[in-house]
Amino acid sequence: MIVETGHFALILAFVLALAQAVIPFAGARLGDGALMRVARPTALMQFLLVALAYGALTYAHVVSDFSLVNVIENSHSSKPLIYKISGVWGNHEGSMLLWVLVLSLCGALIALFSSAMPAKLRADTLSVQGLLGAAFLLFILLTSNPFARVSPAPWQGQDLNPILQDPGLAIHPPLLYLGYVGFSIVFSFAAAALIGGRIDAAWARFARPWTLFAWISLTLGIAMGSYWAYYTLGWGGFWFWDPVENASLMPWIAGTALVHSAAVMEKREALKVWTIFLSILAFSLSLLGTFLVRSGVLTSVHAFASDPERGVFILAILVFFIGGALALFALRAGALPVGGLFAPISREGALVLNNLLLTTCCATVVIGTLYPLALEAITGEKISVGAPFFNTVLIPIALPLALLMPIGQMLAWKRGDLSAALARLRVAFGVGVAALAAFGALWGAPYLSVVAAAVAVYLVVGALSDLAQRANARATGARAALARFLGLPLSVYGTAFAHAGMGLTLLGLAATGWGVENITTMRVGDYVDVGPYKIGLEEMAARAGPNYSESYAVMAVRSNGQTVARIEPAKRFYPARKTARTEAGIVTLGLGQVYAALGEAHDDGSIDARLYYKPLVTLIWIGALVMALGGAFSLADRRLRIGVARRAAAPALPQAAE
Amino acid sequence: MSRALKIFALTALLASSNAHAVEPGEKLADPAQEARARAIASELRCLVCQNQSIDDSDAPLAKDLRMLLREQIRKGASDREARDYIVARYGDFVLLRPPFKPETLLLWGAPLIALAGGALALWAAYRRRKVAAAPAALSEAERAKLRALGVEGPDEARE
Repeated sequence: MIVETGHFALILAFVLALAQAVIPFAGARLGDGALMRVARPTALMQFLLVALAYGALTYAHVVSDFSLVNVIENSHSSKPLIYKISGVWGNHEGSMLLWVLVLSLCGALIALFSSAMPAKLRADTLSVQGLLGAAFLLFILLTSNPFARVSPAPWQGQDLNPILQDPGLAIHPPLLYLGYVGFSIVFSFAAAALIGGRIDAAWARFARPWTLFAWISLTLGIAMGSYWAYYTLGWGGFWFWDPVENASLMPWIAGTALVHSAAVMEKREALKVWTIFLSILAFSLSLLGTFLVRSGVLTSVHAFASDPERGVFILAILVFFIGGALALFALRAGALPVGGLFAPISREGALVLNNLLLTTCCATVVIGTLYPLALEAITGEKISVGAPFFNTVLIPIALPLALLMPIGQMLAWKRGDLSAALARLRVAFGVGVAALAAFGALWGAPYLSVVAAAVAVYLVVGALSDLAQRANARATGARAALARFLGLPLSVYGTAFAHAGMGLTLLGLAATGWGVENITTMRVGDYVDVGPYKIGLEEMAARAGPNYSESYAVMAVRSNGQTVARIEPAKRFYPARKTARTEAGIVTLGLGQVYAALGEAHDDGSIDARLYYKPLVTLIWIGALVMALGGAFSLADRRLRIGVARRAAAPALPQAAE
Repeated sequence: MSRALKIFALTALLASSNAHAVEPGEKLADPAQEARARAIASELRCLVCQNQSIDDSDAPLAKDLRMLLREQIRKGASDREARDYIVARYGDFVLLRPPFKPETLLLWGAPLIALAGGALALWAAYRRRKVAAAPAALSEAERAKLRALGVEGPDEARE
């Protein structure tokens, strides 16, 4: 019964979503307040119903109801509870349901936190959101029904792919979807603004918090996914330029550009048309990503099953929404008023340059991802576009962008002074050059790593020196400086932290070039060198887990004759699917990590082992956390706090200059 | 303990399909040659996997390709010759870095085209805005009025 209730709730949610799409829209056209007010309760109810459906599917997984095809194919009665819960989204149907759950959550959030918005804008926004919901709910109901029953029910399920039985899966997709789908809010805002024809700084003030919210979630989601790949796949790779990964990177880059251009729009009323375009683009790329992942156009290491006939449906949704939004844009963008003016050398100018470089990166990733598909479709010729391509073309854009980031941060709005900005970066340049020399002397080749690491250090110092200088600019003493430091607007901290986080990530990426690898065959008692450490194989043994058996090795990590850590790389065997996965043994020492994975065991008692020392590698993910923290600071800034927009717009007290 | 070891051997045997990428037994004796082989292998695609290099992949075919590659290098082939040897057998699809050729011109040119197109659009927008924003020049009548008031025209004042 519970399962059928869930199925029915999903159908009801679809009908409500249609109502949410049509009624408020008509109300906005007719100027009927009562019709427009339908948007709010339908959006909230739609979310509750989808949540109910999601809860019903989760229930079926938790109690191992093997009369459901979805549960049979992805669960097993002996699977630990956490993976029964997270396994709900570890398959096509469930992950689409999660997608729609997040989409309807976004609609509910708009409904709850938009009381300060003009009634028409709000009605149109929720109407677009409703239309999106209706399209994807229909997709689920027609092609990907998670509630399909089977009779007779088997007595046991086929279990979840072991690679997905990991805490990483419990966190990665929900975060990723919050980001991915979170951009739908800004998309709906943009479409509503185009429909209404009114776009001003107030619009940017409504849209920017949601952009930041989506961006923060996506940043964390991508970082989480990359760390998951790093420790799961057994050789320490964390990014493969796989189309499935690019699917999340494309909206992230567009979203990063959007966060910046929305700042210009909000502060200076400039770049309006461009900001609207980016708002459409970010979510369009999310849709494109969903299409790539869910349609079966590609199959990849991300082991979700796909079905080609679903592809056509998603493609239709994709064409309808992207095409519709772009058509609306083409129709209305010309009529938008030109915004504030600025000199080329100014904060706005720098942000325009930032947007140019970011969109170039984004276009490159999009083309690199789609090119092989297009070429094969047109000529039948198969080519591969892999990591070497992306690294070759993106590094020459990304490094100059990193060099420019602190400079832009130092420029004033409207008209900036380049030489003064450069002078304020003296310390950062100095430290960067010192870092160049130090990295060169200490670690040396590859030189790309040396250069990138030096740029990264400059970026971190440059980002933070803005904070330091603002505090000390006219400081009379330490107390006054501290007071000023603490009194800085949160958005200034946001910029500094986000940029510094990018620098830390870049440093971690650069340092991968200095990693040490030792692939060898070991016996118990052997010690081998791995970078500054010695790793010894102490013991090999076996044990049983809840739904697997594993053979593991105990390895000692020694530094200067002292054992500093023990790691236990293992190989697990999951009998339900007759598949195996490796568990890397990882220990964090300082900012670096020692990483060990087991290979084949030989008859003579020896075993193959892959041992790595990865200096500074944790910075890749620490940097992402710091970036997200920067986003959170900006989100918390009073100016942007959700719901204060109306108060802020009221004729205000004279504001202190930043 | 011996029982544990037996289970270990059994699990390891069952799990052996998941052995990882380059195995110690595959390595070339000469470290310089081995390093070259690794560098080349990291840019060759494992044909039966999605987007993994043969250096990262544990598929049997990837292993065969690694052996083939190393055999060429041991025989004294240059990096280019060794790579071409593989490409001759498996086609351009095996290259993770697509070759420059007419079909890939748009691909390799993508960043430049995007950058140039974007810069051009920016320049055009900037020019347009400057023209739109420039204040209209004063008419002769307005100048005369200003002179009558004893104010010099903006053009003269700027001097």
